[in-house]
Amino acid sequence: MAKILMKGNEAIAEAAIRAGCQAYFGYPITPQTELLEYMSRRMVELGRVFLQAESELSAINMVYGAACAGARVMTSTSSPGFSLMQEGISYIVCSEVPAVVINVMRGGPGLGNIQPAQGDYFQMTKGGGHGDYNVIVLAPTTLQEAIDLTILAFDLADKYRSLVTIIADGMIGQIMEPVELPEIEPPQRPEQPWALTGAKGREKNIITSLYLGGLPLEKVNLRLQETLEEIKGNEVRYAEYMLEGAEIVVVAYGTAGRIAQTAIKEAREEGIPAGLFRPITMFPFPYDRLDEVAKGVEHLLVFELNAGQMLEDVHLATRDRLPIHFYGKMGGVVPSPAEVLAEIEKIASPQRGER
Amino acid sequence: MERKVVFAKPEALTDAPTHYCPGCTHGVVHRLIAEVIDKLGIREITIGIAPVGCAVLAYNYFNLDVAEAAHGRAPAMATGLKRVQPDKVVFTYQGDGDLAAIGTAEIVHAASRGENITTIFINNAVYGMTGGQMAPTTLPGQVTTSTPFGRDVKIAGYPLRVAELIATTSGAAYVVRRMVTKPATIASAKKAIKLAFQAQRAELGFSLVEILSSCPTNWGLNPREALEWVEENMAAYYPLGDYKVIDEVKSLK
Ligand SMILES: Cc1ncc(C[n+]2csc(CCOP(=O)(O)OP(=O)(O)O)c2C)c(N)n1
Ligand code: SF4
Ligand SMILES: [Mg+2]
Repeated sequence: MAKILMKGNEAIAEAAIRAGCQAYFGYPITPQTELLEYMSRRMVELGRVFLQAESELSAINMVYGAACAGARVMTSTSSPGFSLMQEGISYIVCSEVPAVVINVMRGGPGLGNIQPAQGDYFQMTKGGGHGDYNVIVLAPTTLQEAIDLTILAFDLADKYRSLVTIIADGMIGQIMEPVELPEIEPPQRPEQPWALTGAKGREKNIITSLYLGGLPLEKVNLRLQETLEEIKGNEVRYAEYMLEGAEIVVVAYGTAGRIAQTAIKEAREEGIPAGLFRPITMFPFPYDRLDEVAKGVEHLLVFELNAGQMLEDVHLATRDRLPIHFYGKMGGVVPSPAEVLAEIEKIASPQRGER
Repeated sequence: MERKVVFAKPEALTDAPTHYCPGCTHGVVHRLIAEVIDKLGIREITIGIAPVGCAVLAYNYFNLDVAEAAHGRAPAMATGLKRVQPDKVVFTYQGDGDLAAIGTAEIVHAASRGENITTIFINNAVYGMTGGQMAPTTLPGQVTTSTPFGRDVKIAGYPLRVAELIATTSGAAYVVRRMVTKPATIASAKKAIKLAFQAQRAELGFSLVEILSSCPTNWGLNPREALEWVEENMAAYYPLGDYKVIDEVKSLK
């Protein structure tokens, strides 16, 4: 298959189309807008549904409606818009209908800026909206991975009848890279006897997130938790780089993972035994594997484009059995590999690091 | 002896007893919608969207596929449902708090896009479900649980006239206001609901029927007084009438 040069946002959009996305609803926001623009052209050319909503609040509720009909549906946004979508996401999860949401994160809090950031980690992996829930969160590092994970997102949404998110950032959205777009057969989707398609020749279907009285809602919550346990058992994904003989392991995801990988290569060239552990599913987080990896090493260095959010999961995974260092930049500042290398050097040899 | 059915429950209603208060007109409107759906023979292709408000459990009463939306978001949800299955009939059923406060953006834009859906709008001048607080449609001077001294327009602003507002959108095909206080007004409301669904079936654009409705419980009136209050006070501020009927709708039979 030939490689073509594509921008991240467009690559994600095209991947969604190839995965059989039937409907897209969205609202413009930088650094995600090219995704919406790409959809506005391609979806219409293909005779599928594209609609620019009046807000992210509406966009996610349009997604909710289309998902209730059993359509493959998605939206995309960036941080402030993702905040607005929390209401709808909570309802979608409780209603157990499949949908995909892409968050191309930017600097926050507030209106923040349009630089790449990872400040929405807590919001994305720990629930985000009201009530007890989590959603699957997939973190691509390259555009090829963004394509593959977008396709996977639709299948996982179907499999678990839940919402699946992609945690991307402005860097992934904006860079251009050669990618390979797979030709996909029309998706094999599970039966959807629950969908709202009109009560023809069957009992009526209801989709609701209202369960009055304590016991019925507890039952729904228990089922949601059961699904999450299943997800934790089946779907943990991660990547490892140069872990052989590593004494210092950097833990990073997304764009930070990519920067760390370059820094680690340079560290190895300098003779520093460094390696990379890169979670791909931020939920379910690879606690067990990270714990195992941490057993054979001296130090962990958590590197994120935020104040230290995944850091908490690293503490949880390892229960602080080894020194855990943190290097992070907030507000859309993206460190260079050299800056990350300097952090690795500091840990390897404190004197040298203080040069 | 030969028997003839002169009165029966519509097929589009379930047997579930409703939870509405005595004298509440939510139930009357449910029945009108169900009768229209039966009459048009569209029960098996119709999908309803219930609101957040006293009608939140409408999905138990309509014998159709129904989704329960977040507060005010029914028109967005209906948009999603309808866009992916344009051959179906999709309607929202919304109260005044749901539609004219928290969901104002959603209803205005659904209308403006000419979304091929129907909205049945229940204007009862209060937030019924949460215990009778001020709604965007509460009349000037009206006492509610959050305007204990009467709605002071200097503080709380003025009531919103929804049918008039929606009628200004180019995407709307049919926008009228009715009430359900006695047989004649009920018959007129039913006709309007039928025309609204027919407009949707003919793909003419957005249709909305605003219905002045009673909430005896929160108004502190008995059922008869409540209906009189609708006729005397609500209909004075919210005149009944046809606010937008495009020619193609006029020619529907
Ligand atoms: C986001 C959100 N805010 C507030 C509420 C609480 N709430 C439930 S019903 C309601 C008002 C409903 O009033 P209306 O739409 O007029 O319907 P009615 O009960 O009068 O028929 C409110 C504020 C809610 N459920 N969700
Ligand atoms: S509170 Fe008012 S609107 Fe709600 S059911 Fe009772 S009478 Fe009807
Ligand atoms: Mg009301």
